[in-house]
Amino acid sequence: MERALDDAYKGDLQLPLDVIKRLAVNDSGFVFDPVSGKSFSTNETGKAILKLACTERDPRRIAGMLVAQFDVELSLCEREVLEFVSVLRRLGH
Amino acid sequence: MADVVTVALTGLNARPENPAPGMAVARCLAETTGRSVRLIGLGYESLEPGLYRRDLFDSTYLLPYPTTGGGAFRERLLAIHAAEHIDVLIPCLDAELPVCIALAGSLAKSGISTFLPTREQFTFRAKDRLVGAATEAGIATPRTCRVSDPAFFHSCMNHGWHYPLVVKGSIYEATVAYTIQQAVAAFNTIAGRWGHPILVQSHIVGDECNLCTIGDGQGGLIGPVMMKKRGLTDKGKAWAGVCIEDDVLLEAAQRLIAHLKWRGPCEIEGIRSANGNFHLLEINPRFPAWVYFTHGVGRNLPAALVEVAQGRPPPNFPRPAVGALFIRYAEEVVLPMHDFESIVTTGSLPKHEEALEWMA
Repeated sequence: MERALDDAYKGDLQLPLDVIKRLAVNDSGFVFDPVSGKSFSTNETGKAILKLACTERDPRRIAGMLVAQFDVELSLCEREVLEFVSVLRRLGH
Repeated sequence: MADVVTVALTGLNARPENPAPGMAVARCLAETTGRSVRLIGLGYESLEPGLYRRDLFDSTYLLPYPTTGGGAFRERLLAIHAAEHIDVLIPCLDAELPVCIALAGSLAKSGISTFLPTREQFTFRAKDRLVGAATEAGIATPRTCRVSDPAFFHSCMNHGWHYPLVVKGSIYEATVAYTIQQAVAAFNTIAGRWGHPILVQSHIVGDECNLCTIGDGQGGLIGPVMMKKRGLTDKGKAWAGVCIEDDVLLEAAQRLIAHLKWRGPCEIEGIRSANGNFHLLEINPRFPAWVYFTHGVGRNLPAALVEVAQGRPPPNFPRPAVGALFIRYAEEVVLPMHDFESIVTTGSLPKHEEALEWMA
């Protein structure tokens, strides 16, 4: 989490865009990586983050967009984005 | 007249923890569309379940082990050919390939087609020579050395080796050893089972990935299918896997096959390390046990092999169904005692109609 916070200040997700773009996400939140063969499930927030991350690299700006989309505080949203990014890293994405 | 092709194949043991590929190849061929396929099963032991699968095979026979010499193997094969008129032979076991490669010319003169690598190609991908082949093709491999004395495992740390490391037989079997004691035990077990040389490899941490294809003999790949293991048996074999599309793995396979000009089926096994690099582990010179999955994702490679073995063009395959999974399970074959008796005493299973007469 500490490293993720550092990355957030750099304004970059630190996740390769091609990795995010290749992930197949279905309506129920099941995510499949066709290159690694790994899969996992995520919630509505995770789905929204993945969708936004295809075009936006700055975690804080992603959080800002989520605030506009959901009834949630910016600080909580930033934490959720960073936590999600850190989980993706742990999964090897 | 219907276009019927008679295909004989081996590898009918189907031990749940480490099955041979023959049954999967047979299932692919039984589900071939476009041509009618007649299957002849060839086994080595009376307890190979495929010998009793009348639903898959028209006839089944026992063969002498290829280690008894090419003469007895060829004689038996030609006797079966006289009864069954075999069009294509698909050997599915590593150990029989040297004999089949040596006999390929004379079998062709008798009307039996094969699609096999040359002896040089086969030797070049052997586990104890793989590093050289991979290096020439520009593919990374784990550090590997031959070991003939288990004392190696006590002193290897002084020569840059670190535990865990992988202890491998030259034909089959590999064990990850985390301690000196485990390494010595694995050395003795594998040497006792498969003989020398024993190979030691550095252990690469990462995701194992596999590619099954047919080398066209000109350096090209026919119908590559990539699979990532999702579940393993105690022997490290896949019991579940998912179809993937990995350009790094595909490119490595293309370079290897182009370098070797590989002819025939093969499985390329490797590891994607944490930094994304591909490390070649093995090239298996035959279809893998998971080959039914290639048919499942739209690329029936055994059926394609029959085509190219008969000099026909391979099919135009669709893109494989990336994301499809397989999960393997074991099942029992129930058979009457006279089927078992027939295999044990005559080395063959009577055709279905003959068995019905016998039972009447």
